[in-house]
Amino acid sequence: MHGRPRKPQKPEEEEASAAEAAKLRPLQSQLLENHHQKNYDKEALEVSAKVLEMNPDLYTAWNYRKLAVEHYLKESPSDTESIKAILDEELRVAESALRQNVKSYGAWYHRKWILSQGHSSTDLELRLLGKFQKLDARNFHAWNYRRFVAELTNISEEKELKYTTDMIDTNFSNYSAWHNRSALLAKLLNKKAESYFPAEKVLNEEYELVHQAIFTDPDDQSGWFYHLWLLDQTIKSNAPSLVSSWPPHGYRVALSRNRSLDDQTLSPSRSFHSDSETLALILYFDQPVQGVDSSSVSVKSTAHLRGDLIWKPLSKCSHDAAKAWVSHLSFPQGEMNSSESYSVEVSLGNSQKITSASGFHHVKPTCFSFGVSVHLGETPIEECGNEGIWWKDENFTSCGISPQTLPFASSDNLTIENNYAPSSSEWCAEIISNEIALFRELLSETECKIGKLTLARFLMAHVATSPHANKVAQLEEVLELYLDLMKLDPTHFHYYKDEHSSVLLQKVTSTTESLFRHCYCYKDQTSPYLGTTTCVRLNNLSISRIGSVEKLLWVQVLDLSHNELRSTEGLEALQLLSCLSLSNNKIGSFTALESLRTLKSLKVLDVSCNEIGSHSIDTTRYLFSSPLSHSEEKENDLSSDKMVTDSPDLASYWEAYFLFKDLNLTQLDIEGNMISSERFQAFLVKVLPKLHWLDGKQVQ
Amino acid sequence: MGELAAEKHVKYILSVEKRKDDFQSVVMEHLRMNGAYWGLTALDILGKLNTVDADEVVSWVMSCQHQSGGFAGNVGHDPHILYTLSAVQVLALFDKLDVLDVDKVTDYVVGLQNEDGSFSGDIWGEVDSRFSYIAILCLSLLHQLDKINVEKAVNFVVSCKNMDGGFGCIPGGESHSGQIFCCVGALALTGSLHHIDKDLLGWWLCERQVKSGGLNGRPEKLPDVCYSWWVLSSLIMIDRVHWINKEKLVKFILDCQDTENGGISDRPDDAVDVYHTYFGIAGLSLLEYPALKAIDPAYALPVDVVNRIRLRKKLAV
Ligand SMILES: [Zn+2]
Repeated sequence: MHGRPRKPQKPEEEEASAAEAAKLRPLQSQLLENHHQKNYDKEALEVSAKVLEMNPDLYTAWNYRKLAVEHYLKESPSDTESIKAILDEELRVAESALRQNVKSYGAWYHRKWILSQGHSSTDLELRLLGKFQKLDARNFHAWNYRRFVAELTNISEEKELKYTTDMIDTNFSNYSAWHNRSALLAKLLNKKAESYFPAEKVLNEEYELVHQAIFTDPDDQSGWFYHLWLLDQTIKSNAPSLVSSWPPHGYRVALSRNRSLDDQTLSPSRSFHSDSETLALILYFDQPVQGVDSSSVSVKSTAHLRGDLIWKPLSKCSHDAAKAWVSHLSFPQGEMNSSESYSVEVSLGNSQKITSASGFHHVKPTCFSFGVSVHLGETPIEECGNEGIWWKDENFTSCGISPQTLPFASSDNLTIENNYAPSSSEWCAEIISNEIALFRELLSETECKIGKLTLARFLMAHVATSPHANKVAQLEEVLELYLDLMKLDPTHFHYYKDEHSSVLLQKVTSTTESLFRHCYCYKDQTSPYLGTTTCVRLNNLSISRIGSVEKLLWVQVLDLSHNELRSTEGLEALQLLSCLSLSNNKIGSFTALESLRTLKSLKVLDVSCNEIGSHSIDTTRYLFSSPLSHSEEKENDLSSDKMVTDSPDLASYWEAYFLFKDLNLTQLDIEGNMISSERFQAFLVKVLPKLHWLDGKQVQ
Repeated sequence: MGELAAEKHVKYILSVEKRKDDFQSVVMEHLRMNGAYWGLTALDILGKLNTVDADEVVSWVMSCQHQSGGFAGNVGHDPHILYTLSAVQVLALFDKLDVLDVDKVTDYVVGLQNEDGSFSGDIWGEVDSRFSYIAILCLSLLHQLDKINVEKAVNFVVSCKNMDGGFGCIPGGESHSGQIFCCVGALALTGSLHHIDKDLLGWWLCERQVKSGGLNGRPEKLPDVCYSWWVLSSLIMIDRVHWINKEKLVKFILDCQDTENGGISDRPDDAVDVYHTYFGIAGLSLLEYPALKAIDPAYALPVDVVNRIRLRKKLAV
């Protein structure tokens, strides 16, 4: 099926093929016949051996031979001579099948099975493997088998590591060997085996080895993936730390039912709306962590907080780790029109429980505190939204306040005991600097795409791990590199574009001044929705993905319109978000908005002029939790609202249903998408009972 | 650029079944169930499933069922999870899942789960993350996923993850696009894609696209039409398919057509077969090529078939 030329068969070839077929067919029939009759005599076994030599993939024949082996082993359980003879014969048949087809799953497994019967000679197996691996150094069956033999016969990881060194020395372009090396080394590093500890020494040697490969032939991919893995190992050896929080340290927050609250003592951006006297508390770490709970994070307050704190991960990664964690503080309900002020202190790092994916503990004691004034008992805003929010440029005016009053202003030194900026170990910083210097040199000599990409990645690692880096200059260098890459390697344009977007957002949010340029006020400051809330407009930046959300945790109104966003991944961390515009982007389906499902404060959403309904293939179908994939909580999703579940439109609009049923939108703009139609609008009104505005018109 | 020779491919697929005399046909007799799935799914994507006699296919499929509940690759052969899935998929195409004794098939699949969460392919115990995907997919189609230990199954798949973000056959095995497809599919169907580093794996996968526009299965290997499926569907499930150049890939697949006699091969000017014909057509469907039915990247069945099975039950519509 692979690599056979298409040319029409010559008559003599056709004849030969037919003759072979005529030979094989009766043998296969005979084999099945013997199999069904449980006939394991010598002649029958001979037939199966012949079949397998011609057709090593015929799995039933392998099964038949295993049954035969079991049959004979049962017959003469103590006769070691004859047992050996039986098993030797199987090894021979498997070997000759492998000579016929070295990729035959059945033949490799048969050999494994024989070995598991207690029959093995390490030397013989390794010699055979040596032969096969010389013929094809990338055969993954042979590599898998090698790992199996090594484990079965207790060959040490050090010895196998040496084997990968030999293979790599013979030929750098052996991805299989690099792969096996990473797997073995990860084990040795994990075990902290002798001479594999400390990691820094090992990693330095590995960098040297892989440099030889990638500098010999920079266009060969084999070593580059290993190099990227080394970077990951280098960075991961840093302990996780907190990079930002909501509320930030030293901040005063006013909690009220009414956003237009006129409190002269507070800057406008500090008040925000809550229906239930609860305040979201968000922790954002520099890498995914697990173990965030009420025992690892201590929250002390002068208020008597209601209930226990439950921490939830936002945007989970493997093993329930997440960068962002949220909990909700419930303040006591007070008298009508009273106003109480409390302070809250959050500390973490005293327990070893918060751990990164690679097992490092959050150790730096970190503590921050903030004030909360709760304006209770005011009349809630009347089913808000008699007037909508209109995302027009002229409706946004520059902020009349000083940038220093914004929540992010102080984010560079938010904590008392930790300045929030993760700092790496010295050796890690040194490795990163060395690599940067080395790749600058390489690139001065040759134009190499993965070299450029690697330099960009190491520069980003430098920005992330060294608090004293000249961030803006380095970010600009990285942006340049990605622009170059888009030209150099147009096939992967959108990969570089996505990376470019992340870096661009990092630059935009890197300083108070820079982010302040994107802050606006809504024209109508009496709007019960917006009041004097600061609006962040990251529109028209041509970004294709969202990033740097740790700098935006405080944002309630966000304009991302006129970009090239395909999904809202990342927005789940912005738990305060109440108004969001995504109009004029490249959102291809409702499933791409999965992250919005966790935003319980979201009231106003504009997804007009996107590509919803235009694609036959939905690329976020499985990143969206729905009946298509298995999950316990989804089972009871549908029972509740009959009006929708009985609708004949549910089958066509199920994605919209699953997205919107958990949201409390009062305003939605959806026009300018293929999916929009009167029928769809009618469906939305059913799913969103609180909707006041749909596509600029008041809902009746 | 050429166009898809749809009619020729239909003819070719229908002719494969009738060809019995050459060596290749005899060699492949034992996996006729896979062949049926490839051919029939390709026909369905081309909108031509109705050219086949459904009853005839269904009764042949059922004649391959073993008393254990599993299906064989052909009549008289042993049952294996590979062919059990193909059988269930073929029945799903024809909306004939109701002919199955669901408990029996479920018991067969459930019985293959091992203590560590992995799955064996059959009673002989070969373990491979492919079988995890197959078991999960098979049970999802039958609405029986809760009969296995899903958490353990997911953990086993995750234990096959490598430094490059990809997955191998078993823990420690090298990443390979086919294997990645199976593992990503298993995680997609169980709602566990958060275990994947989408950017890391996405970059590895998009670097499978070589100059000719085709995709290879591992670094420094030749491109091959079947990887259009393995790589593309994986990239789609993790929402990174925009990282490759779709036009160039469409061209590569079309260049592998035998425009005279129908069928698609692994590379331009190689001999065609039904396997590559299916993967080429399914790949084009994932690339939103006009006039093809959309195929689901995780279930490897047309989207309308999947929606019929998964949503009909859940949404009662
Ligand atoms: Zn192929």
